Amino acid sequence: MVPTDCKYTKEHEWVRIEGDVAVVGITDYAQKALGDITYIELPVDGRQVKQSEEFVVIESVKAAADIYAPVSGRVAEANQALVESPEIVNEDPHQGGWICKLVDFDRAELENLLSPEQYEALLKELG
Amino acid sequence: MELCQSTPLRGQHVELGAKMVPFAGWEMPVQYSQGILVEHRHTREKVSLFDTCHMGQFAVMGGHAGADLGRLVSSGVEQNEVGVCKYGLLLDDHGGIIDDTIVARLAQDRFLVVVNAGTREADAEWIGEHLSASTRFEDRSAAMGKLDLQGPRSMQAMQPVCAYDLRGLRYFRCVQTEVCGFEALVSRTGYTGELGYEIYVAADCVTKVWAALLALPEVEPAGLGARDTLRLEVGYRLYGQDMDRQRTPLEADLMGSVELGKDFIGRESLQRQMEAGAKEKLVGFVLAGRRAGRHGFAILADGEEVGKVTSGSFAPSLGVAVGMGYVRADRPWREGDALAIAVGSQTLPAKVTCPPFYGEGTARMKTTDL
Repeated sequence: MVPTDCKYTKEHEWVRIEGDVAVVGITDYAQKALGDITYIELPVDGRQVKQSEEFVVIESVKAAADIYAPVSGRVAEANQALVESPEIVNEDPHQGGWICKLVDFDRAELENLLSPEQYEALLKELG
Repeated sequence: MELCQSTPLRGQHVELGAKMVPFAGWEMPVQYSQGILVEHRHTREKVSLFDTCHMGQFAVMGGHAGADLGRLVSSGVEQNEVGVCKYGLLLDDHGGIIDDTIVARLAQDRFLVVVNAGTREADAEWIGEHLSASTRFEDRSAAMGKLDLQGPRSMQAMQPVCAYDLRGLRYFRCVQTEVCGFEALVSRTGYTGELGYEIYVAADCVTKVWAALLALPEVEPAGLGARDTLRLEVGYRLYGQDMDRQRTPLEADLMGSVELGKDFIGRESLQRQMEAGAKEKLVGFVLAGRRAGRHGFAILADGEEVGKVTSGSFAPSLGVAVGMGYVRADRPWREGDALAIAVGSQTLPAKVTCPPFYGEGTARMKTTDL
């Protein structure tokens, strides 16, 4: 079962609302599909992002991928631990492997995202 | 649709949790459950087992076999004594690289030619066309299996199941012996930069040898993903990616494997190119950070595109990314020269570096005193 305190994108990002902050990361499915993660380009603090905008680059030994912003907002903080230890995303994608925090985010856009049940159903479809 | 062949070990890979991918027409394990980084590190520190049954194996036999291979291969394989292996290149008349190969002399009149999986059929045809009438050629690829046991602990791991005293087997030497009770050719060669062996056994016993080697202490399976990062760190070219028929040994910086003092196919073209100078040349580079410059990305110098990356990856043993690629040869490239790799709209700073990027490999380690 995927964590129930998050909403999800079809592209396998998660967003968890903690008060005024939206915490963003990639799902367990995404980290498994990428394999060993070797590099993450974090967004700079203060950057304004739009929902579905590519705003993080993530690389594994064999692949490179873009991460899309699950909601529009302003980057308040990025997880600097990932600069030297990107493997944390593999080990703990939903907690220690969070990628960045957005503030002043658009709550209405959360409605466009998948519920845990819907995301779970998507994973089933993908096999 | 591309039909994929599988090695006799497919079931074993799946059972071990391997992620299977197509490679050169074969369905191969890219990694097992531990992942590429763990497999890479285990090979550098301990010992890993690789399924390399997909590779091609040719037997070339007869009184003229040595002379024939001497014409076909760029290095002096015909001068090898029995029990010696040599790396060399199959070249076409224009000096273009048809394949790279290791040739082992098994007897005065018998050679084993080991080639890449994706080029096997074309190689067999090319070699067949250039043999004397008395020389016999056999594609043994389907009848034979091959396993690579690689890592600083490979000798200690394999000794209990190998009839031959491995301390006496030097780098690029081979011996006919028994491994796990099965007849095997063991060569001290590999594609990782570490002490290690390539083990050639009959295809119908390769699953048993695989299981027996995997059961040895410290031995873990490793896939093509780790094989690729391991070889890149020590600067080994990958055929089809870092060189092909459009490239000559001069361009690929492989003149160390060319014996210009003898007659071989492609020599005249190569000598003409040496006089005229190559237009492009392969260089290695080390990036400043972890982000990789990958196959096909542009290489820049002073803001201008000077070439393209052919291989690039994060190098797990170094903690930064490394790569190689072809650059314009109209200026001398020196160790430390500044380059940049274009990744989308960004550029990653890099420095020209002569491989091996990782210099601690144990491949050449002296084992006689161990």
